[in-house]
Amino acid sequence: MSNYVINHLRELESEAIFVIREIAAQFENPVLLFSGGKDSILLTHLAKKAFYPAKIPFPLIHVDTGHNFPETIAFRDALVEKLGVQLIVGSVQEAIDTGRVREETGADASRNALQIVSLLDTLEAHKVDAAMGGARRDEEKARAKERFFSHRDEFGQWDPKNQRPELWNLFNGRKNYGEHFRVFPISNWTELDVWEYIKLENIDLPMLYFSHKRDCVVRDRVILANSEYIKLKPGEKVVNMTIRYRTCGDMPITGAVESEADNLTKIIEEIASTRATERGGRADDKRAETAMEDRKKQGYF
Amino acid sequence: MAYRYFATPKRKFIVADTPGHIQYTRNMVTGASTANLAIILIDARKGMLEQTHRHSFIASLLRIPHAIVCVNKMDLVDYSEDVYNKIVADFKAFASKLEINDIQFIPISALKGDNVVNKSEHMDWYQGSTMMYHLETVHISSDYNHIDCRFPIQSVIRPHTIDNQDFRGFAGRIDGGVFKPGDRVKTLPSGFVSTIKTIELNGEQIAEAFAPMSVTMTLQDEIDTSRGDMIVRENNVPEIGQDLEVLVTWMSSSPLQARTKVVIKHTTNECMAMVKELKYKVDINTLHRLQDIDTLGMNDIGRISLRTSKPLFYDVYKKNRQTGSLIIIDEQTNETIGAGMII
Repeated sequence: MSNYVINHLRELESEAIFVIREIAAQFENPVLLFSGGKDSILLTHLAKKAFYPAKIPFPLIHVDTGHNFPETIAFRDALVEKLGVQLIVGSVQEAIDTGRVREETGADASRNALQIVSLLDTLEAHKVDAAMGGARRDEEKARAKERFFSHRDEFGQWDPKNQRPELWNLFNGRKNYGEHFRVFPISNWTELDVWEYIKLENIDLPMLYFSHKRDCVVRDRVILANSEYIKLKPGEKVVNMTIRYRTCGDMPITGAVESEADNLTKIIEEIASTRATERGGRADDKRAETAMEDRKKQGYF
Repeated sequence: MAYRYFATPKRKFIVADTPGHIQYTRNMVTGASTANLAIILIDARKGMLEQTHRHSFIASLLRIPHAIVCVNKMDLVDYSEDVYNKIVADFKAFASKLEINDIQFIPISALKGDNVVNKSEHMDWYQGSTMMYHLETVHISSDYNHIDCRFPIQSVIRPHTIDNQDFRGFAGRIDGGVFKPGDRVKTLPSGFVSTIKTIELNGEQIAEAFAPMSVTMTLQDEIDTSRGDMIVRENNVPEIGQDLEVLVTWMSSSPLQARTKVVIKHTTNECMAMVKELKYKVDINTLHRLQDIDTLGMNDIGRISLRTSKPLFYDVYKKNRQTGSLIIIDEQTNETIGAGMII
């Protein structure tokens, strides 16, 4: 360390910790949006480091679609227990049951869009003024334009054309009553950075990310886990495959990849040699070229 | 403005693409504020344009430590050495009025790949490195100030648990210098002197902390310190004052006038300030100063005097890009309306 250089993973870590500490300092009711995916697990790990030996000073919010992988829920509960952090669960099932939202029907029915309502309801109920998430700019075209501190109006909407400029490491979180911010501390990380850091820090992940055998359905070239939430179309059949997940959303829409990578080293090799982005397997992004930007404007993460 | 990411086995790169038109000046300034290196593209057929002036001036103003001037589309001028030499000479003449310490010139064809990753077969007369080689090897560790110790406090960590009854850690990111346990330090604004007990992160001890590391620092003595305060070396303190001379890029559609009250964010500090005077505006093309101005409009760059509501601990921007920069915020709309560099 005598030449005063830190490697890029430590530089990204340092930037993310700076941003997380800014959120805690600038806002009254910040939360961490925990999806159960590797990016939000990474974010939780960084938050722990930022405030150690104190506990993470804000709650985790999980919007449970009711279609999560059971592995995700078990992992979430164990992590929350270990860190001694508060967990708030927003339920899409509850929103459906109370008539707040109407469920999509048909074979491609997804609860993805319904999450927006439950998310905004939960943020409002807890008077959240900053919700931080694990989104990264390299994931998708709409996200490349995101700021670290992303301002939302009182309807939770994002205006990509009218974002606050972000200069140096000076983050402007000032807002009017009723408005809130989405904050993305790992904006500058790529998928490869995330995996290399997970390996460096030996961070626990749900087994879904590692190669395993599972009953699957292949639909529009996307490999989906067979589950009670998926309705087979005519001609579709269930196949037992060796797969792993690169991202973990809802069971009926998250595509798997065929892979033998059963440890972090193999996963990093696999990612370094592939070009398709991890969201390439997400059926929700395939609906339209601008699907992500459209949902983000409405308040999606 | 969008960000792109790529990596080679040697380095990871983040690219901020900032168009050169005048209405995007504020985007250029934003992209430049965090950049280690600027790539300035010049069309070999067109030579120096107004955009080139603007890009170069902003790279200099924001003190991007390194620049590569790529003379592009060399394939369309028959890979002519004369064309290239003329553009290099023109650029050097203009840049002599600027402060860019490290400029590298490279003739390329982005389309055909000449001198981008591989050495061109069409330009034997060029003996320098390719663009990628330069990007992978340019020395950036001295881009930070490792001499003047500056540690602005983001927050105070007090766990109040049985195991850590007395733990009182100062959380923040090092903005300059090298801090070590045992160093004598001074906290500002109180002026109290103490000794660094530990520097740590996640309970792991750190022997030397320097920019841009995020750390938690504990001191030997119990000192009342909070967000916005700064820990520095006892014998090397920053400027402390309420009257600042600032080069500002104006980013709002409502013009700036003298006597305006604004909010300032500087390091982890926030305060009110009064714009006392507009001194001049810079013509980006000629670098001339236009005196006697009444307003600064969107995308204008000019010098102003500020009076802050409390003393700030700062360095001139030339010395430290972090402790020498500030943003100006509209008190009513909360929008970021200006980017300032302290001179």
